Formats: sequence, C-alpha cells, structure tokens
Amino acid sequence: MQYQSKIWVYGGLVLFFLWNRDINKRVNSTKVKELIILIMEVIAQFMNGLNLGSIYALIALGYTMVYGIAKMLNFAHGDIIMVGAYTLSIAMSFLSLPAPVAIFISMAVCALLGIVIERIAYKPLRMSSPLAVLITAIGVSYFLQSVALLIFGSQQRKVESAVNLPSLLIGGVEITGEAMVTLGVTIFIMAALTSFMKYTKTGMAMLAVAEDKGAAQLMGINVNKTISVTFGIGSALAAVAGVLLTSSYGFVGPYTGSMPGIKAFVAAVLGGIGSVPGAMVGGLLLGIIESLSKAYISTELADAIVFGVLILVLLVKPTGLLGKKRIDKV
Amino acid sequence: MAMLTVENLEVYYGVIKALKGISFEVREGEVIALIGANGAGKTTILHTVTGLLPAKSGSISFCGEELTKTPAHKIVSMGMAHVPEGRRIFQELTVLDNLKLGAFTRRDKEEINESLEKVYQRFERLKERKSQIAGTLSGGEQQMLALGRALMSRPKIILMDEPSMGLSPLYVSEIFHIIQEISQAGTTVLLVEQNAKKALSIADRAYVLETGKIVLSGDAKELMKDDSVKKAYLGEG
Repeated sequence: MQYQSKIWVYGGLVLFFLWNRDINKRVNSTKVKELIILIMEVIAQFMNGLNLGSIYALIALGYTMVYGIAKMLNFAHGDIIMVGAYTLSIAMSFLSLPAPVAIFISMAVCALLGIVIERIAYKPLRMSSPLAVLITAIGVSYFLQSVALLIFGSQQRKVESAVNLPSLLIGGVEITGEAMVTLGVTIFIMAALTSFMKYTKTGMAMLAVAEDKGAAQLMGINVNKTISVTFGIGSALAAVAGVLLTSSYGFVGPYTGSMPGIKAFVAAVLGGIGSVPGAMVGGLLLGIIESLSKAYISTELADAIVFGVLILVLLVKPTGLLGKKRIDKV
Repeated sequence: MAMLTVENLEVYYGVIKALKGISFEVREGEVIALIGANGAGKTTILHTVTGLLPAKSGSISFCGEELTKTPAHKIVSMGMAHVPEGRRIFQELTVLDNLKLGAFTRRDKEEINESLEKVYQRFERLKERKSQIAGTLSGGEQQMLALGRALMSRPKIILMDEPSMGLSPLYVSEIFHIIQEISQAGTTVLLVEQNAKKALSIADRAYVLETGKIVLSGDAKELMKDDSVKKAYLGEG
C-alpha cells in the first residue's frame, strides 16, 4: 500500500514537472497578457457576484428577521421588492422626483405594505399551524403579483437608474457605480441593523420576542408592536433591494421579485435562518457562486449549482453556516 | 386591604376546564403559598393573573384595577412581576441584557442603574458573570437571574412559579432564603411550589389546590399540622 502511494506521488511530481516545463517553454508575452486578462475577468465576475450577492443579502435580511421574530417564512417578501421597484419608477418618471426622495418614498410604501400585510393576513393566524401561515404567505405573493399585472400589464417597464455614479476603472477592471453603491449600502445597512438590535430598546425587544414571546410580554414588551416593526424594517430593506436591483438591471415587471426572493430565501437558509450575519454571508456567497458559475460553467446550470450548494451545506450543517444551536440547560 | 383579589376564576384549555372557580386574596406584605400536585392548576393561575392566558370568567383585581382585560405587556408596569416556571430567561442574551430587559418599561436611567446595583449586591454571581451569555449559567444561577430580572421592574408583588424546581438542595435553601429577604424588603410574594414543606415554612398563609379547585386554605403554620396536608404533601403520617 505504502509503496503504491509513493509511486503515485512521484509519478504526479514528474508529470507536474513536465507540464510545468511545457508551459515555461510556451509562455511568451502574449500568453502573459492573456493570463492577466483572465485574472481581470475573474475579478470582474467576482465584483458582479458581490453586487448580486449584496442584493440577495438585503432581501435575506428581511426573511431572516421575520423568521427569527415571527417564526414564519414570509414568501411574499420577494414581491415587496417588485412593489418597491414600481414605486421608485413611478416616483421618478411620473412625478419626476429626485432619486433620494423617490427611494425614501419607495421604502416608506413598502414598510407600510409589510405592516399592513402582517396585520391583515398573518396576525389572525398566529395561533394556527405553520402550514396555514405558509400557504397564506404564498397566497399574498400571488396577490401582489396579480395586482401588479392588473395595474401595469405584463410588459416590463424601463426604470431609470437611481444611482448616478460613473464607473470606476481599477487596474483594468471596470466597477460600475451601481455595484459600488450596492456594496456600500449593504455594508452600511448591516452595520446599522446590528447596532440597532444591540443598543436600542426596540432592538432588544426584538431579540427578546425572537427567543420567548411569553417571557417578553412579562417584561412589558408589546409583542404585536414588535412584530409590526420587524415587518416594517424587513420590507423597507426589500424596497432598498428593489431600488438597487432595478438600478443594475434597468427593468421591472410583475415577477421581478419572485426569483431574487427565492434566491434570497436560499441565502438566508444557507447562512442560517434567523441569524443576521448569516443572511449577509449567505447572500454574498450565493451571489459569487452564481456569477462565477454563469461565467465559467454554464448559464443554464448556474441555478442548479446554487441550489446544489445549499443541499450540500445543509447535509453537513443542517442549521446553515452561522445558524444558532439552541443551548438547553436544566 | 387586599392587594390582589381573585374571584371565581375559570380558565379553559380548549374544552378542558383547568380552573373551576378559584378565589383567593393576597394582602400587602404577605407571603402566600399555593401548593398542590402536578396539574392542579397552580401555573395556570399565575399565567392568567399576568395575562398570558385568557380567563373565561371571574375577576382578578390588583390595586383596584381589573387584570382580566389588561394585555399582558401592560401588567408589569402596574407593579407586578412574574418569575415563570422553568425560569425562561433569555438564553442567547447576556446576563446584563436580561437584567436590562427586566427594567424594560422603566424610563429613569439613573434609578435603573441603582436597581441594577441592588440586584448585583443580592446576587454577587450575576455581577461576576454580567457579560456572559445567560444560557451558559448553571440552573441555580439562571434562577437567580430570573429573580434578579423580575426585581429590576421594582414590583409591589412578585409571582414565583416553582423557583426550586430542578435545583440542588443547596440552591433550594438559598432561593428560599432570598425569597424571605425579598419579602422583608417590603415586596409581597405569591409563591407556587411543589416543595410544600419549604413553601409552608416561609409563607404566612397558604392555599391548597386540587384539580382546579381550592380545597383548603389558612395559616401556613396550621396547615403544616393538618393531617390531610401532612399525608398528601409533606410525606408524613
């Protein structure tokens, strides 16, 4: 056995040497250039992935917060993105409002919509089975898509980019203004959200409700209000994701939110649903995997690869990458 | 005058009648024990008083206000703290965060810090472990944290559900000693316990529960001598 493995190692080394010598012989200035271009391309794809991943992360934050606190999967969350994008488009092109105002309106509309949906559709079901809530959420998702279809038709609408920044050229890699803003905004929101949870009373109330609703009530925390705030924040983040998504891609239709919504759900599960840093890690990872698979493996297979990674991670770590394991002590 | 008066309280779990017309009262400064076997309805009473469970009929009046129609989260600021069964501290938060959540409804920052110092004085272990995640504390320490958290709301009355459950004998004695201290400091105590002997030894009065009804009540010292109580709950006679 040992003897055999030694042969393999030596054989490998010899082959590697021959191959290496071969490359050395062939390398000339054009080869070097090609290599550099390849590296640049990989970096550019990586940046693409970060851009896409940031958007997934923002949406995943909403999924994970609502799951952590209300213990439900809000499958209508993806369609809030679409509402946010339409609101932005109307505010900018019909009302010709400046971009920051339009973004603010879009966030406010979505936050309100999230709160209203929770009150009307989910709150009455809080004591019923999780399956009933899940199906209701899917229903709300179709409802939002159909309303958009009725109002705007099935045709995709062009949306002006809310981000007006020139592209940046770093060492031959072009980074679009949208990508920079997306990454910056996501990092800022992550930091703001983390400190909000840690240092404000509302944030503490959210953590308490997430862990034990009954005990939270005994502390004097209004659970209904806390859940409303959670839906509001999550939906406002979905609006931001909608703004960034349409700024990068330029179009919005009634189904704009559904695929990013599902991907972000995968991201949340990948990172460990219920965990805020997990949503960030899961989102970015997913975006990068997707971009690189599209560029170097196959566009058609990219989604299969993304979901395959999810299955692999869950096989090894069922709680997701940063998922919490409950500590139980008697 | 009675601080807390419960009259003809009826509570259902679905179709099952858990409380069949319970009446009792707690006067200011007293330590009242509710004793009874598993499933007698002790925890149900406390949960209904603090609004975690709805009452079917009957009334609960606390300092002149009706509690059956008050939402659970408004009750703590009226001066009533509840240390629930199984402690239910926030396992994933730090000891300090748990204590701060106990003072959630209070706005006076300086006075909250004062209360925090008092809690640390009473439970030195909590001060040593203030930045530790609460779930990593031992069972006894978690019970101390649950008590400390309740005290952070500066309650007039404190409801305790099985504070000795699952603790080592050493901690059980310590917990009962602390309950006496809390009582001597002027807080009224309503204590639910399966450990009837210990409970009766520190209580002023007690009520004995059996399957949703109060079957016996009176002075704690006298109940200790009662033959039926001795037989059923004290393991004597």
